[in-house]
This record gives sequence, C-alpha cells and structure tokens, in this order.
Amino acid sequence: MGVELKMPALSPTMEEGTLAKWLVKEGDEVKSGDILAEIETDKATMEFEAVDEGVIAKILVPEGTDGVKVGTAIALMGGEGEGAPQDSRSAEPVEAPPAPSSNDKPKDSLSTSSGRAEVGSPPTPSDQQTQASPVELPKQQQQPETGTAQLTSAARPADPEVPAGTALQATSVREALRDAMAEEMRRDERVFVIGEEVAQYQGAYKVTQGLLEEFGPKRVVDTPITEYGFAGLGTGAAMGGLKPIIEFMTFNFAMQAIDHIINSAAKTNYMSGGQMRCPIVFRGPNGAASRVAAQHSQNYAPWYASVPGLVVITPYDAADAKGLLKAAIRSEDPVVFLENELLYGHQFDVPQVPDWVLPIGKARTMRAGKDVTLVSYSIGVGVALEAADTLAGEGIDAEVIDLRTLRPLDKQAVLTSLAKTNRLVVVEEGWPTCSISSEIIALCMEQGFDDLDAPVLRVTDEDVPLPYAANLEKLALIKAENVVKAAKAVCYR
Amino acid sequence: MARSAKLQAASEAAPPTSNRERPREPERYQPSKEDLLGFYRQMLLIRRFEERAGQLYGLGLIGGFCHLYIGQEAVAVGLQSAMTVGKDSVITGYRDHGHMLAYGIDPKVIMAELTGRAAGISKGKGGSMHMFSVEHGFYGGHGIVGAQVSLGTGLAFKHQYSADGGVCLSYFGDGAANQGQVYESFNMAELWKLPVIYAIENNHYAMGTSVERSASEPDFYKRGESFRIPGIQVDGMDVLAVRGAAQEALEWTRSGKGPIILELKTYRYRGHSMSDPAKYRTREEVQNYRENQDPITRAAADLAALGVGENELKEIDKEIKDVVVEAAKYAEEAPEPDATELYTDVLVERY
Repeated sequence: MGVELKMPALSPTMEEGTLAKWLVKEGDEVKSGDILAEIETDKATMEFEAVDEGVIAKILVPEGTDGVKVGTAIALMGGEGEGAPQDSRSAEPVEAPPAPSSNDKPKDSLSTSSGRAEVGSPPTPSDQQTQASPVELPKQQQQPETGTAQLTSAARPADPEVPAGTALQATSVREALRDAMAEEMRRDERVFVIGEEVAQYQGAYKVTQGLLEEFGPKRVVDTPITEYGFAGLGTGAAMGGLKPIIEFMTFNFAMQAIDHIINSAAKTNYMSGGQMRCPIVFRGPNGAASRVAAQHSQNYAPWYASVPGLVVITPYDAADAKGLLKAAIRSEDPVVFLENELLYGHQFDVPQVPDWVLPIGKARTMRAGKDVTLVSYSIGVGVALEAADTLAGEGIDAEVIDLRTLRPLDKQAVLTSLAKTNRLVVVEEGWPTCSISSEIIALCMEQGFDDLDAPVLRVTDEDVPLPYAANLEKLALIKAENVVKAAKAVCYR
Repeated sequence: MARSAKLQAASEAAPPTSNRERPREPERYQPSKEDLLGFYRQMLLIRRFEERAGQLYGLGLIGGFCHLYIGQEAVAVGLQSAMTVGKDSVITGYRDHGHMLAYGIDPKVIMAELTGRAAGISKGKGGSMHMFSVEHGFYGGHGIVGAQVSLGTGLAFKHQYSADGGVCLSYFGDGAANQGQVYESFNMAELWKLPVIYAIENNHYAMGTSVERSASEPDFYKRGESFRIPGIQVDGMDVLAVRGAAQEALEWTRSGKGPIILELKTYRYRGHSMSDPAKYRTREEVQNYRENQDPITRAAADLAALGVGENELKEIDKEIKDVVVEAAKYAEEAPEPDATELYTDVLVERY
C-alpha cells in the first residue's frame, strides 16, 4: 500500500513553501535518509529526506510549484517492491483504521515535529495512519491550531501618510527590513551588520538575505554564538564612531547581552555629559513565535521601554518596518528595534518613494473611529484591527492606534484619541504586569482623567510562561474576541 | 627518578617549539634622560593626584566609589607613553584616573568630575568611574567589571574596519579576567585578528579576594592560550619594563598579527575603594611593596644613574604639587551642575 508524502513544516511558523526541485523521479527506489526534494521556505532552502524505504510511485506536485500548503500530499510512495497505485485517489486515505474517538483533537503533526531550525521530520507512516480517517478532514484541522495563528489573521490596515498617487508595492516585513538595511548601507559606509548567521546562512530568519553578496564580509559579519561578546563589541565600535546593526537571532538571547544594551549603550551619552555617543541598532524578533515555548517566547518591549537613554521601536507592518528601521540606523542614539517573527512573512503595501524614512516617536492611527480607542503595538495591532472589524459589525466604531515607538512614547496621540472616544482598551502581546499596558493606563489616569467615561482595560497574554501545548498556547495569547469583549465592556454594551 | 631524568634529557635535546609565531621577549626600555624625566613626572602626577583625591574624599568633597591607582602608576605610564594620542584608543574599568592622566588629560577637569561639578569632564554626571575623552581617544571609565574588554574589542574592530592604523589598549584587572565576556572577546579578537592589547593589571586582589582564592590559572598571561593569543608577563612596578613590553605588543598588533595579552604584575597600596577594611592582607605585605618595589622610587634611582640630581627631582616634585593643588582648588570652587542638566544628554536627538 502507498503512503502519502506530505509537504513538511520546516520551521515553527511555516505555513506554505515552494517545491523547488525533485531529486527523485517516479519509479526510483529510495531509502531512509535519501534526499527527495528541495523545498524553499520563507527563510531558507531545505532538503526533504525520506524516512522509510520504498519506491516513488507518483509525484503529485511538480517541481517549481509555489505556495504549497504544509500538509499537502506531494508524492505517493509504495512499499518495497510495490509499484504505483492503481488509481489516482491520492487525496483519499489509503487505509481506514477505526475512526478516532475525536477528530478535532490536536495530534502530532508536521509542524509540531519541527521546532528546530533543521529539517523537520517528514511524516512517518504511522502518523499517516493515525491521521487517516474515513472522512477527509478540512486542511486546518489536520494541524493543531496554534495559539499564534490568532495573532496574524488580522485585517489589513488602511495606509496613512502616503501622498495620493504614490505607487505601492506588496512587500513582506522581512524584505522591508532587508531593504532598509541595504539602503542605509549604500548610503553610509559606517553601517555594518553583525550577528549570528547573518552572512553566509543569509539570516536565521532570512532577514539579511543578499546583504553578504552586495556588501561583502567586512560589512556583513558572522559571529560565533557569543551574544554578550558581540553586543559589547558592537557597542564599542559605535563608541568609536561606526554605526553597527546588531542582529539578535531572537531577543530571548539578548538577555545574555542586556548589560551592554543598558549599562554600556543606553547610559553612555548621559554619563559622558554628551561627549560620547553610541549610535547602534539592536534588532531581531521579539515576542511569542509559534510553539517554541517559554524560553523562546517573550515580549521584552516593557523591559527596554523602561530605560532612559534607549529608543525602542516596535513596528507592525512592512512600511513601518522599513521607514522606522531606516530612521533607527540614522539616529545618533542607541535603538532597540523589536521585530516579530510571525509577521516576517506577511505582506503589506510599502510606498515606492526614493527614501522612505518615518519619524521616530510618532504613533499612527491605523483606523479612525469614534466610540472606543484600541491602543497597541507590534503584532497586537493586527489583533486590534481584527477586533475593530468585528466591532464595526456590531455598531461600535473603534479607533486603532499603533504606538510604533514605545520610547519616546507618543503620549499625545493616545490622549487625543481618548479625548475623542472617551473609552480605551490596550492590546498587548505580552504579560500584563509592569507592561506597556500599565503605562498607557497610568497615562490615561494621570493626564486624561477628565476624558474617561470608563476605566481603561487591558487585553494581554495570560500571566504565565508561554506553554508549548497548542491548546494552552492558544489560551495564553491575546485574541481578538477578548478585545471585542473588553471594548464592549468599556462601552457598557 | 631515572624516568624523569630521561625525560629531562629528551627535552634538553629537543627544546619544545611553539606551534605558531610568538612575540619576542621584550627588553627593558633604554630611555633618554628626557624620556625618563617625562615618565617620572607623569607617575608622580598620578601619585599626588590620587593622594589628594583620597583627602578630598575624606573631607566629603568626593562621594560614592573612588578607586585609587596608587602603586600601579608604572603600568599606565609605561604603556600609554608608547601609544599615539588621537590615533590609538584606550579603554579601562572604574580605576581610571591614572589612565586618564597618563594620556595627557587635564587634571583639573578630572578632579572636578570627582567632586561632581559642572566643569568636570562629564559635566559632573559621570563621576569617578565614568569619565571619557573622545578627543584623546580615551573611551572610559566603565563601571561594570569586564565590560571594557568587549567594548575595547569593538574599538579595535573600528580601527580595523576603518583601516586607521590604530590599536586599542583595553585594561582590566585580575578580577575582571574571570568574567565570561573576556573570553568571548578573546575568541572574536583572534578570529578576526583585531588590533587590541589586553593589559591585565594583576594587582593581586579582586576587591578583597586574592588571586590565589579566585583564579584556577593565576598566570594571567596564559589566559589567551586556548584562543591562540600570545601573552607576556611584565614587571608592572618597573616603568621601563612596561614600556619595553608595550613596544613589543604594539609592534605585534600593528603588523596585523592580532591581539596580544600583557599581564602586568603590580600592586595597589590603597584599598579597593575608599571603604575598604583591608582585612584581607597584612600591613607588612603592603609595606614591603612600598619600601622595596615602588615604581617612582625606582625611576628616581634610574634617573640618578642618568645623572639627574636630587635638586632637579625636588623641583619636579614641587611643580607637580602645584598642579595638583590647583586642580583640587578648581574642583572645590567650580559650581555644581545647573539643575536643568538633569534632563540633558539622555538622548542625542529630539524625536
């Protein structure tokens, strides 16, 4: 009997990929470990290996196919000595074991087996069998729904700040960040990128793709795994007059380097009476990724935003990612630039203007409304926009403010919106205690008290380390329905 | 016994060769009379400056932490006299007054920083541990033990990146030598052949913890071996020995051979900071260094051998004393920073 080979998830956030090349053809015998195909994800090109022995009976998805969803059957493999199956019922289950007691229970699946950056294990035959059922499940039920899925299913924002007639280019956040770095490196010889896997590997999350080719190893520098060391080295280089971009593979690892970010970079200008500057950008993904559990899932925005001497930027879409990263690189101050891995692959329109630089310290109204203000930043903006759509259907007109820069905070934007709507909810993918939410609530109380018609509420992640299990992860993270509830509560509806 | 004798014989027959190039054994510097008078003057300036700083601390004019350099003067003067101000860079930890003075920075603005005055080199906002002079290529003055090692490696990266021919001298102590980031820096520095001299000032005590109680390898010049960084041990109480080593180290780094470690065996006469109870060492130990190994006394003897008379030295003493008195007076009389300075220099730009 044949077994389906399915499109593997090769990273925790991969949803689809390109089947770049088949390295086997129909009729080939393969054994465990043979490379069957090359698959391009949004981060890298990966090799897809055979787990079992058998014969490639049929190739279902030809090479060069883009957008192949994870879990799609891409080939059929017969057991040893078996030929091609008699018919093309490839989408049908080939075996019908007793139906599981519950079909919607999350099971082991492709995405859960690939928490590493290596090639994820392709499905084993036993997985196939347990997943097979007499009735084919809808695609989304073949994988557990991760908690982070709810963070990225948002509506697209309207684009402010662009003159009418400007051409727009759909660009992923990842490309926007790369373009920002490349443009600034062309503009200023002092700018260089340094970090783990930024050069030859093309970026652990592919953000620095192509930079090595254009700028060479002098300006695109691979480091050993040595966060404390290279954060300090970069900070020293900035003190000496260069403009380093330090990439942390994720901000979780910057914990090992936080001494240099705060004690060395943030305080230097003040301690030296303005004599010694430290123009440096610390950037990388921050916040919860998908199914990587507690040590790899934390939002450090409140930590850095509490430190005088730092600029802290948390873009949501690609236009802001590009325009604000360019501004960060040009700044004479140390900047902590917090990206979000789940947004890297998302496309947004970026205005095609020659030098797209946005102001640091200015919030952005993503959606105008009159009944309630939803304040957020980074990935929470998408959740707020989704909630605003739902609220609109229920007759509540929500205004969505993206803070974009957390330090210095655009207090006026928050207070102006509050004066208009008189009700406010903060949406934050992070813990509630001592958070940006806490800060916004304090601001509204201290400076917007007379404008408040209801207490300010916050919708945040649960106050627990992020769990691994798909259902628990989902419970721990913010979701639009909770934002809707909170918005209704402050509107007394 | 026979076995060890045999081994010895074998090693005599074939002396162990290094698996890579090593710097030459440095020679004691042969100074001109003017050279040595300059070193003497600078060491004396550091000594008298620090003594006065100790007095001002006792009077309550200097607050917080204040780490004096007395006893270690030959290190800063010997090393930095070989460097080029404006081309090379220097970075150090919190015991930084001596390193600044040795680089020709005005004693008045250093002392005024210690007293927390607007005229201080950091406008009174940095204090003893956080002083900088970008103009001189002096990059601090860092209060976190070991931080200056990674930062200094970054300054060396800058020298290499901009091909300006400069070398970074990164000072740290026997205490900082046990910090993890030191070895992260060693690894990158050798990997990329960065022009950095790691000067380990081994004054035998990390605060109150002796090297014997804190270092599994107490020979700090060997600490770079597993990174292939060569090291040289130097008598840090002899300014000419230090200067000789500095030249060897500079030649090594400037010729693109990468980092080098100098371990300078030295001694601080005073406590770690002004609040040191000094329970961890004997008076006799301190006294022995003062009487028998003092770097200034030694330089005076070398000057005598070059024909410098006692009167000439007395003249210098008086001159230095005047400089320090003037610096102290300046630091006491200068006004405190304006209250508005509280909010300046947090960020460079306005957003």
